[in-house]
Amino acid sequence: MTERVPQAPGSSQGKDVRSLWPRIEPLLARVTKPARYIGGELHAASPVHEPGRVAWLLLYPDTYEIGLPNQGLQILYEILNERDDALAERAYAPWLDLEALMRASGLPLFSLESHLPASRFDVLAFNLSAELTVTNVLNMVDLAEVPMRAADRTCEHPLVVVGGHCAFNPEPMADFVDAFVMGDGEEVVGELNQVIGDWLRSGRPSRGDLLKELAMVRGVYVPSLYEPRYEGGRLVGVEPVVPGTPERVEKRTVADLDAWPYPRHQLVPLVEVVHDRLNVEVFRGCTRGCRFCQAGMITRPVRERSEREVSRMVREGLAASGYDEVALTSLSTADFSGVEPVIEGVLDSAAGCPGAPPVSVSLPSLRVDAFTVGLASQIQRAKRTGLTFAPEGGTWRMRRVINKLIREEDLYAALDAAFSQGWRRVKLYFLVGLPTETDEDVLAIADLSKRCVEIGRRYHQNVTVVVSVGGFVPKPHTPFQWFGQDTGAEIRRKVILLREACRGARGISLRWHDPDASVAEGIVSRGDRRVGAVIEHVWRHGGTFQEWSEHFDLGLWQAALDACGLSLHDLVHREREEDEVLPWDHISAGLHRDFLWQDWQDAQAEEAVTDCRWTPCYDCGACTDGGLEHVVASPVPPAGGSQGTGQDIGDARVPASLVRGPR
Amino acid sequence: MKIRFRYSKLGKVRWTSQRDVARMWERALRRAGLPVAYSQGFSPRPLLSFGLALPTGCESLGEYVDVATTQPLDVAGLGDCISTLLPAGVDVQAVAGLPDGSASLQQAVTSCVWQLDVCAGSTEELRRQVAGVLSAGSLPIERERKGRVELDDLRPAIVRLQVVGSDQLAGQEFSTLLAEVLTQPRGVRPPELCSVLGAELWLARRTHHWIEHDGRRSEPLPIDAPQVRRWKDAS
Repeated sequence: MTERVPQAPGSSQGKDVRSLWPRIEPLLARVTKPARYIGGELHAASPVHEPGRVAWLLLYPDTYEIGLPNQGLQILYEILNERDDALAERAYAPWLDLEALMRASGLPLFSLESHLPASRFDVLAFNLSAELTVTNVLNMVDLAEVPMRAADRTCEHPLVVVGGHCAFNPEPMADFVDAFVMGDGEEVVGELNQVIGDWLRSGRPSRGDLLKELAMVRGVYVPSLYEPRYEGGRLVGVEPVVPGTPERVEKRTVADLDAWPYPRHQLVPLVEVVHDRLNVEVFRGCTRGCRFCQAGMITRPVRERSEREVSRMVREGLAASGYDEVALTSLSTADFSGVEPVIEGVLDSAAGCPGAPPVSVSLPSLRVDAFTVGLASQIQRAKRTGLTFAPEGGTWRMRRVINKLIREEDLYAALDAAFSQGWRRVKLYFLVGLPTETDEDVLAIADLSKRCVEIGRRYHQNVTVVVSVGGFVPKPHTPFQWFGQDTGAEIRRKVILLREACRGARGISLRWHDPDASVAEGIVSRGDRRVGAVIEHVWRHGGTFQEWSEHFDLGLWQAALDACGLSLHDLVHREREEDEVLPWDHISAGLHRDFLWQDWQDAQAEEAVTDCRWTPCYDCGACTDGGLEHVVASPVPPAGGSQGTGQDIGDARVPASLVRGPR
Repeated sequence: MKIRFRYSKLGKVRWTSQRDVARMWERALRRAGLPVAYSQGFSPRPLLSFGLALPTGCESLGEYVDVATTQPLDVAGLGDCISTLLPAGVDVQAVAGLPDGSASLQQAVTSCVWQLDVCAGSTEELRRQVAGVLSAGSLPIERERKGRVELDDLRPAIVRLQVVGSDQLAGQEFSTLLAEVLTQPRGVRPPELCSVLGAELWLARRTHHWIEHDGRRSEPLPIDAPQVRRWKDAS
């Protein structure tokens, strides 16, 4: 890979307010998918840049097709553009062909709405949802002609802000980011806008003062006001260096989703993107308690949107967008109290008008049971898409360890229902490299999959069970945050074991995620502030788009670790100790550390816990500390069979030490 | 019933592909609540039929799409309604119901006209190149077809070719060409035309589709005066 020559950092003094379009357009004939750079989507804003408005550039550090559908970014985009003291535009990572042309002609990163230089904005706000996109953040800051390190920015440079799930371990990106925002953004974005707007209106006094002000906003972490302390190469604390700065940063949680019915006007792109459909979020948070799942842990408690509000958003969203597909999104949509009436409503309204186009409903994140398949077959009238289930572990023992409480009977019943209702191709997701995993657990994935094929062949001559295997990466703020991640070689050995076991088996199509990519993801996932230099090294040596298998290169990461004197073992593969300071201990996702530790002990003892929506509270901290409660319409678990919905989990028990009784 | 729309594609939206254009039409028609007919089968698709694909990056003053509906419709006012639902730069210029049994656009259209802004040294030099092309017996070019490179003759497809003007843009001289090319059995892409002229293409804009039948020429859907609404770039 070639060395990347950084753009000369510019100053935004004497800001150029002219559109860069005349310089962009001549390049478009020479790049792939040029329409990614033109803007002009349905429901895109036409913001007016004027004094008194804080100008936000919302960025997604991956391609347009991946970034555009991001709901978090779209929600903030609308909320900001509705304010009379703010405006928001968007930018995505230019693909390598355009980036090369931009660097050759000195063209900076630009916004999509007005095609203005990124450095002309007051805030560059990134959504960081995937660890391996961190080098793209650096690349975009550099393309924006903004100094890469926060310490090198002056009052004239934009603030660089990061939100999204990866912000929950901010340390690896701490040197490059002015402020991180933890948790739901709906409310805090307005508070940030107020602080930044006041600072701009008072003539941009010191940047340091602005950062101190920002650090006082609940949910905001300003890394330059904190310093990590090391003893003997081991982190012993990340502590505020400025008096008055909070010692621990609490995440933000929006209590009532009905009060924030965003996006009201979802962006409809001109080019094809992933998840190209109307997306309506039906609830946020999940208490299934899968121990590997960071999203489920850090977004608690469960907050449902009302059935009425969901129905309205679906109806109006379809009419305004022209989409013929709506996805009801959440971490486990079959658990939504109103799932059946909402689906019936959509289908009835579509069937009610003669000649009305068929509308299909998709349910990402399916639960594994026959009820879910019933829902799926009912809704997929317009087009029959694939069915995907995620048992994650091959044996009941393994699934108890990870608390993914799917019995084999549940899985077989789901598959039977799917095949009997016409599906011939089903996808199963598994993780390998899980805590306590033995070869027996891995090989059981093959047995399970073969059994699924057998079930399918009762109904069809040819069936395909796609078995997709990923290497497990432990994530911060989960019970598995202490676990020593499997090495790339070990994951590879397990994948080969599985491949041998599936060899010659009819109907099974085995796929796996690059074990090396899981290793690099592990570096960023649980790294501390020293990892910042590693990320910068990878970027400087050409390592962008590391989420893309054709551009991923573990060699770059290994070389960067060597250059920085850090070890893969220490950062990724080493099991952490109980009293060890973790790099994100000063960030609170609402979960008590002792709850997570106890859950980690329970995992190793193969003890499962049930869903606290319908059973007593374990006092994980998400509700009690935030003064919140679950917002769930249904007083009983939904129909079905698995995962706390009335299943018998054998001798699994709720550890007595954690039960505090019903609140 | 089938309805034929004629529309323009101008400005930034020229960077979208033909597939993108098909999707934007499908969505606009759904938003308008038009009773569009759908195909049968597992994945029903709206029955829209576009004529010649417009290459990505090209503008047009007259593209066409035929839309099948499940019931007869009054087309009055339909064009303006759909225009407001299409992206900036795509505007409906004319609408008409088609008589039963009308030939499809693909079958009917015999040639199309391109207006090409090119950079080719001087206008004089370009005129000489044009004369050379027109007097050539054959113009062999390499084309890729199904992954294989084949030799094709471009000359029979060129009906008309002339330099119609020159101007300056950003300090550079450019010339404007008009070219009419046959669309059957295979169309000619503007870059292919420019390559045989040794000219660098700046902007290609399709101005007309023609149907020639028994020596008479007509457009698939005529308009009295092309109402070109340029997309005002936010610059």
